[in-house]
Amino acid sequence: MQHEYQYFPITVPGKGAGGQTGTWRFVRPVVNLNKCIGCRACWMFCPEATIHVIDGKVEVDYDYCKGCGICANVCPVKAILMEGEDQ
Amino acid sequence: MLNDTSLMSGTSACPGCPENIAMRMLSMALGKDVALVVIAGCSSVTQGLAPKNAYGYASLNIAFAAGPPAASGMWRAYKRRNRDVTVVVWAGDGGTSDIGFASLSGAAERNEDFIYLCVDNEAYMNTGGHRSGSTPHGALTPTTPEGKSGNKKEIPFIMIDHNIPYVATASVGYPHDFIDKVREAKTIRGFKYVHVLTPDPYGWLFDPSRTAEVAKLAVQTCYWPLFKWKDGRIEVSPESLHCLKKETRRPLKDFLSIQGRFKKIDEKGIEDLERYIDELWERISLNLKR
Ligand SMILES: Cc1ncc(C[n+]2csc(CCOP(=O)(O)OP(=O)(O)O)c2C)c(N)n1
Ligand code: SF4
Ligand code: SF4
Ligand code: SF4
Repeated sequence: MQHEYQYFPITVPGKGAGGQTGTWRFVRPVVNLNKCIGCRACWMFCPEATIHVIDGKVEVDYDYCKGCGICANVCPVKAILMEGEDQ
Repeated sequence: MLNDTSLMSGTSACPGCPENIAMRMLSMALGKDVALVVIAGCSSVTQGLAPKNAYGYASLNIAFAAGPPAASGMWRAYKRRNRDVTVVVWAGDGGTSDIGFASLSGAAERNEDFIYLCVDNEAYMNTGGHRSGSTPHGALTPTTPEGKSGNKKEIPFIMIDHNIPYVATASVGYPHDFIDKVREAKTIRGFKYVHVLTPDPYGWLFDPSRTAEVAKLAVQTCYWPLFKWKDGRIEVSPESLHCLKKETRRPLKDFLSIQGRFKKIDEKGIEDLERYIDELWERISLNLKR
């Protein structure tokens, strides 16, 4: 039976469901590609899925990276440094 | 490359969230064709705001005790339609060890064919971090301001006593062990229980950059055992084998001192915790041969 106010709370998968979370960040991970050995530990542990390994190169999606610093902490060769956001 | 599409960037979770890490590892283990039943907790909220959802899997959000019954119906419905979909209940430690326990126990007893995954951050984090049955002795929470008195409920053992085909423990600090166990669970028919430790920066009071580190320390100090129970016996994971002998365990203080929630624990409290760990490993040793 069709209800007058029937509403199905259905959502679809998509980036940014919690907003542009990169704005939460006050420190940002900066990858030194000369040091990086491509082990993907940072990718494995990133809670935001904002580390991308493209052609063996680590890239951070700053639109959504929250700056938690886990990637820098798990990197075995310290190729990621957390730098303060300006302003 | 492993599949990590279960989590879309820009979730509502706090920075450094261990449950998000576990969610990504879930799809590294299971790939596609998974349906989630998410029991109330942080994971209900981290999915974000409609019309979007941060989870890449079909997810049914549901009240605590309703999770296992809903999953029981869901796997049957998929089977009837000849669809090969893995049904996973995703629940916090409060939802598992306290509020939703009765229906979890019922579904285990009926040997329903789904995976029950408990993400254990050792408190009711979504509603402010108050103590749950899974909070350890000595830990400060808003409802135990002097430290909880009494040990963590041993849910993995309680599930073993249900005589289900598969019980495993894991930690987000050891992804390969966790992923292997979830993969193995998928191959088994009947009720599978996987309990993953997810150290929470905001409840355990450590810097969010250290989530993975604390998850490793929990295992290295033998506070959290990594094992699986299958065919009537326990198999300890290589990461935890050093725990079988007391002499080779890393000092517990390495795990406690890095967290603010243990700042009021005294020597007696530490001894109590150490005794709990001794007994935990004695129990595991006894079940190794059985
Ligand atoms: C029956 C019932 N009681 C209380 C609540 C409020 N509530 C929602 S989430 C939550 C905390 C859940 O904690 P836990 O299962 O440990 O998961 P976490 O938030 O830590 O991931 C509570 C108490 C509820 N939704 N339903
Ligand atoms: S700082 Fe945190 S969110 Fe940002 S890329 Fe590193 S691990 Fe991911
Ligand atoms: S953890 Fe470090 S070395 Fe490994 S891929 Fe990431 S940046 Fe490179
Ligand atoms: S309280 Fe903990 S588990 Fe909950 S969203 Fe925040 S970091 Fe994740």
